[in-house]
Amino acid sequence: MKKLVSLLVLTAVLCAILLSGCGGKDTLTLNVYNWGEYISDGSEDSFDTVREFEKWYEAEYGQKLKVNYDTFASNEDMYNKLSTGAVSYDIVIPSDYMIARMADEGMLLPLNFDNIPNYQYIDKSFRGLYYDPDDTYSVPYTYGVVGIIYNANVVDEADAVEWDLMWNPKYAGNIVQFNNPRDAFGTAQYKLGLDVNATDHANWDAALAELKTQAPLVKSYVMDEIYNMMESGEAAIGTYYAGDYFTMLDAASDNVDLRFYYPSETNYFVDAMCIPKSCQHKELAEIFINYMLSEEPAIANAEYIYYASPNSLVYESEDYAEELGEEAMEILYPGIENFSELYNKFAYRNLDTDTLDYINTLWEELKIS
Amino acid sequence: MKMKPIAKFYTALVMIFLFAPIAILLVFSFNEAKSLSVFSGFSLYWYRELFRDSDTLGAVRNTLVLAVSASLISTVMGTAAAVGIFKLRSKYLRTLMDTVTNIPMINPDIITGISLMLMFVFVGRLFGAATSLSFWTMLIAHITFCLPYVILQVLPKLQQMDKSLPEAAMDLGCTPLRAFFKVEIPEILPGIITGLIMAFTLSLDDFVISYFTAGNGFQTLPIRIYNMTKKTVTPKMYALATIIFFVILALLLISNLFDSETSESVRKAKERKESHRRKQKLKEKTK
Repeated sequence: MKKLVSLLVLTAVLCAILLSGCGGKDTLTLNVYNWGEYISDGSEDSFDTVREFEKWYEAEYGQKLKVNYDTFASNEDMYNKLSTGAVSYDIVIPSDYMIARMADEGMLLPLNFDNIPNYQYIDKSFRGLYYDPDDTYSVPYTYGVVGIIYNANVVDEADAVEWDLMWNPKYAGNIVQFNNPRDAFGTAQYKLGLDVNATDHANWDAALAELKTQAPLVKSYVMDEIYNMMESGEAAIGTYYAGDYFTMLDAASDNVDLRFYYPSETNYFVDAMCIPKSCQHKELAEIFINYMLSEEPAIANAEYIYYASPNSLVYESEDYAEELGEEAMEILYPGIENFSELYNKFAYRNLDTDTLDYINTLWEELKIS
Repeated sequence: MKMKPIAKFYTALVMIFLFAPIAILLVFSFNEAKSLSVFSGFSLYWYRELFRDSDTLGAVRNTLVLAVSASLISTVMGTAAAVGIFKLRSKYLRTLMDTVTNIPMINPDIITGISLMLMFVFVGRLFGAATSLSFWTMLIAHITFCLPYVILQVLPKLQQMDKSLPEAAMDLGCTPLRAFFKVEIPEILPGIITGLIMAFTLSLDDFVISYFTAGNGFQTLPIRIYNMTKKTVTPKMYALATIIFFVILALLLISNLFDSETSESVRKAKERKESHRRKQKLKEKTK
């Protein structure tokens, strides 16, 4: 009997501790929903963005604030949670095509840019991108460009041109290709100069034919496995985002000499901060967005994530350039003057279900053959 | 006990498949660099990083709070349910209850998860709540899938128990409640403890159901690790996994030690009884 009672008491105490952890009534709560590993979090002596924001807010407004910072693994996961109304967040950071879809479905609130004065530091070429043509719903956070990574100890530098390297029979068994239809077909379409957002089947058929000629040369179709395969030298040619190339470079074996270049036609992405309809403190959310754009947090995040930043306070900072090094700066920022033009032309957009179904059928066909 | 070479080989193979992944994790948690392919030197760097990562430690705390409360509540509820089912007079009703409680166990996790989420959202909308998922919904979900395992552990112990024991206790003046706590509970205690441990481990490593029922500001460790896939998982997680592995190993060793001690004392008690009986027989014969 005593044991049972003590068990119950223990449970009650645990619950009480948990509740008290949520803070008293005079503490504001801000719910942020972001990708995993996508903010500077104080690890390896970096800047702890969320905690620093709490401190800054209390000092500035004399009000206690608690940030609930949750993570998601994909745009689709985030969309499913938000659209059922199961959870409510004040800030989300989805990718471009998902922002277009959420805006279409009325899931986002228009931003009040009076509360986000730091928006002036966002480069002009990141305004009016297709997913948010009037710049109503989003503030760009990071962007990236797909390039080709190769091991210079295996690959002759003269062969490293355009997408042709991925189709070079000299390196049969050394090439890794994306293991998802959109990205894999994309590489073939960029190589052939086709439109990656086409709805006519002939376009996709041509891309399939190109992928079929590549298939005998491919070592395997991979997603995240590419990190270990490139780092260990198991594969010599692959394609991924520039920021991820540096992650590989950091961890590469001594006998692997990784290099990187951009083909002239390639894929671009932008992840941007938005305020979803379920937001409960809109002004506070805008203050948070503004804080994320200010110098110290913006630089810390760019250094942590290793993707390029559209914020001029970051890419014009000398400290940041020094921290990254010359090579990384050149690769991450390959001249963004005509970014919006390239982006609107080459970035993936949402396709209609018919086209998506057709691509999936073709993809099955490729994987079977 | 001697093993044939083939049996030795087979055992070795099984051991390799079971423990090689953990061994690799363990070794690379002490790696100086980030790589999974090159071991560049021994260091405790990732352990230090782990203990500085307040978000991950918060997720660990969440996971433990959830597992402890879910397993305790489901053990109390499950034991009560098992006693109730055991005392049912009608055989058909008993079979029916047995089957019904087993459904959540047989049901695929993903279906349990989605249906629970839909229910929470539905009920939340009925009451006009802005968000329907929270720590409490997650706790309800965890209790739901832990319950059948507790019942499954306790019910057989009740059936093994000598029915005349509580009857004798009541004959000697115990109230039914007192007989239950003084006689029945100690009899079925091993089942209750096994149920508790099972519920705890199930709740600790559940991903699918937690994933669907997690609300704002309460993410458990499995969800946090899964969400790291946009970038690569850092070796901090190897360090964490290594620590968890050794804690579980220690718990397992302690419980096994405890187990073998109790079975040892049971064996000794039996021997004593046996020798006592033999002595008495001897006495009778000599008379």
